[in-house]
Amino acid sequence: MSDTADSQQKHADELYAEEGVWHVNVDAGTVFAKRIPGKYRTIKWFTMSTWLIFFLGPYLRWGDRQAVLLDIPARQFHIFDITILPQDVWLLSLTLLFFAILLAVVTSIAGRVFCGYFCFQTVWTDIFTLIEEKIEGNPSKRRKLKDAPLDAHKLRLRATKYFFWLIISMLTGISFAAWFTDAYELWQSYLTLSASSVAWIVLGLFTAGTFILAGFMREQVCFWLCPYARIQGVMYDRETILPTYDFNRGEPRGKLKKGETEAGNGDCIDCHQCVAVCPTGIDIRDGQQEGCITCSLCLDACDAVMDKIGKPHGLIRYASLDEIEGHPTKPFWKRARPLVYLSIMVIAAAGILYGLTHLGSMELKVIHERSPLFVQLSDGSIQNRFDIKILNKQDKQIRVWLTAEGPEGLELIGADEPLDVDSGKLRSHIVYIKVPRQNLLQSRTPLTFVVSNVNDPKDVVRYEGAFFSPRRQ
Amino acid sequence: MSDKSNPYDAPDTGHVWDESLRELTNQPPKWWMLGFHVSWILVLAYGLIYPMWPMVNTHTKGMTGWTSIKEYKEDLQAIEAKRAKYEDQLPGKSAAAILADDELSNYVVRSAKVLFGDNCAACHGTGGQGNPGFPVLADDDWLFGGSIDKIEESIINGRNGMMPAHGNQLSDTEANELADAVAAGNPSSTPLFQQKGCFACHGMEGTGNPMLGAPDLTDSIWRFAAKDQRESIKYTIVHGVNDPQDPQTRPAEMPKFGGTKLNDTDIKKLAVYVHKLGGGQ
Repeated sequence: MSDTADSQQKHADELYAEEGVWHVNVDAGTVFAKRIPGKYRTIKWFTMSTWLIFFLGPYLRWGDRQAVLLDIPARQFHIFDITILPQDVWLLSLTLLFFAILLAVVTSIAGRVFCGYFCFQTVWTDIFTLIEEKIEGNPSKRRKLKDAPLDAHKLRLRATKYFFWLIISMLTGISFAAWFTDAYELWQSYLTLSASSVAWIVLGLFTAGTFILAGFMREQVCFWLCPYARIQGVMYDRETILPTYDFNRGEPRGKLKKGETEAGNGDCIDCHQCVAVCPTGIDIRDGQQEGCITCSLCLDACDAVMDKIGKPHGLIRYASLDEIEGHPTKPFWKRARPLVYLSIMVIAAAGILYGLTHLGSMELKVIHERSPLFVQLSDGSIQNRFDIKILNKQDKQIRVWLTAEGPEGLELIGADEPLDVDSGKLRSHIVYIKVPRQNLLQSRTPLTFVVSNVNDPKDVVRYEGAFFSPRRQ
Repeated sequence: MSDKSNPYDAPDTGHVWDESLRELTNQPPKWWMLGFHVSWILVLAYGLIYPMWPMVNTHTKGMTGWTSIKEYKEDLQAIEAKRAKYEDQLPGKSAAAILADDELSNYVVRSAKVLFGDNCAACHGTGGQGNPGFPVLADDDWLFGGSIDKIEESIINGRNGMMPAHGNQLSDTEANELADAVAAGNPSSTPLFQQKGCFACHGMEGTGNPMLGAPDLTDSIWRFAAKDQRESIKYTIVHGVNDPQDPQTRPAEMPKFGGTKLNDTDIKKLAVYVHKLGGGQ
């Protein structure tokens, strides 16, 4: 028993030896977080790796073009097989709604999961500090280096670090730009210094932005710049599970003496490891707070300490306030808030799905001439003029017939031949419709324009309009 | 020595009012000073880059030589370069050839709206719907012919049709009888149509003569449309159109747009535009 106690005390003493250092992390200075392995660190690596899609995605090809191409100058979004034109941009609003509510539902259930595991700010910062650790050493070395005078040694380390940061920043910028133009051509234009000014500005902004935000501002962005940090904070309630310090079990905290916690003390041995690993430099034992991005790295740290001193895991764990205070808890599918969010999400997703499956191959708009609304012809019949706009959403030229259905004796003038519409283009065409006066019983008669693909009789769009005539006397 | 009215120990100017009000020489806040310096530097930089200071006879030109009129002209050139694809073809083609070319006529219909608005709409309405006393251009009834060449001719030379006043040759009863027949759409039903020489211009059946600008009296379109159409017809019969002898005659003059008013290309554009309003033949 005393053997175990001795070794436990030894572990604790090692932690106490560095404890003073970590107070710095809860101060206003630069945070130098310690990196330790653990369950949540592994999860974080997996979630972080989703950003590989951002870097590799643009190089996927689909037929003779980029698989996902957001072609702003041509006003077309290509997503694999699908082409989205500005007319279908309502899909984008549903997509944004979907992700906004996804953020809300996840936050309501498990806190700032986005911040802790997915956000580009925390992910890029994590990678940048990893590079920093590889080059400049562990946190205490880095802290010393920071205060050291600028000599050749420091200069060399700093230059190496900035070099790697800069490479990642530039890759970020290029990858971003590559979603909006052909990725391979983009690389070529950058490498031959012949890229457009827009491409250079995007690269410059993203390089500078990444370098400064992830390299130097780090957690300051989460504290002072990011609106999502605040928005998500207000989505918590008593039932939201969050990385929480179980104060009932931990308090009163006290140092480990002779391998044992002192009588009357809780399980927290005040080793400051949770502070040491925190990327935003907060002390989770002060309770849930604005600076907590819920990355759960303190859970890894505390569990590792509990292992060493022979106590059960979970002094810091994912728990709701209700659970910690001993109130009954409910699973999230029985809570009203996530259910409301989820139903909005389902509606948005259904809308997106409907939109994607009903994009249609053509779109038809008809603009009725306003001045004059109608003209009387010499034979007494009434004529209306219409501006027909046919949008071809297919990736090839189409040939269409334009016909009209409406009052009896209707005569369509100007559509004797089929019309060719180029791919992705809007064709506008002026036609006249002539109807004998006696067949017009009211001043507005329903009229339907029909556009049908010559080669595909099932490919038809209709437009309900009206034929205008003078009031009958 | 810190006191509550001077927590940061700012230097004192020594000015004191009302025994206790002191003037301290506090520095303005750093951010404010920074903004101040940035502002005057921007003003100087603006003055170097852009035209800014007035001189006696001229003004400073700035390093870039930018002027708003130059920027306007450049933008105009850019737009003209885009239009050149079509505009360059127009002078070499006749109005009929432009009309026959789908792409060109479409371009003209879209672009000549301004030209129509500037020159034609005042009388004929923005959409060619006509105005009281001014013919409708969107229908298919043409006094002087609705072919593209005839329309072009009307724009170039103007039109000045003439109908003599018949007030001195017709009794009131006769005038009423003629007006009734014309209003009914069947002018030749009365022998007066022959006797009084109406047929000479309007044709034996009253269907008009575009060579003279004599309207078709049998269709549903009236050159001088009015609420009381029969009264209007009688007025025209009695006082004529453009008859210098009758001071109450109806005026009907289409001015000449050829020569100095509009160039050939603009006239061709207008001819195509009018033809496409809905009634071109």
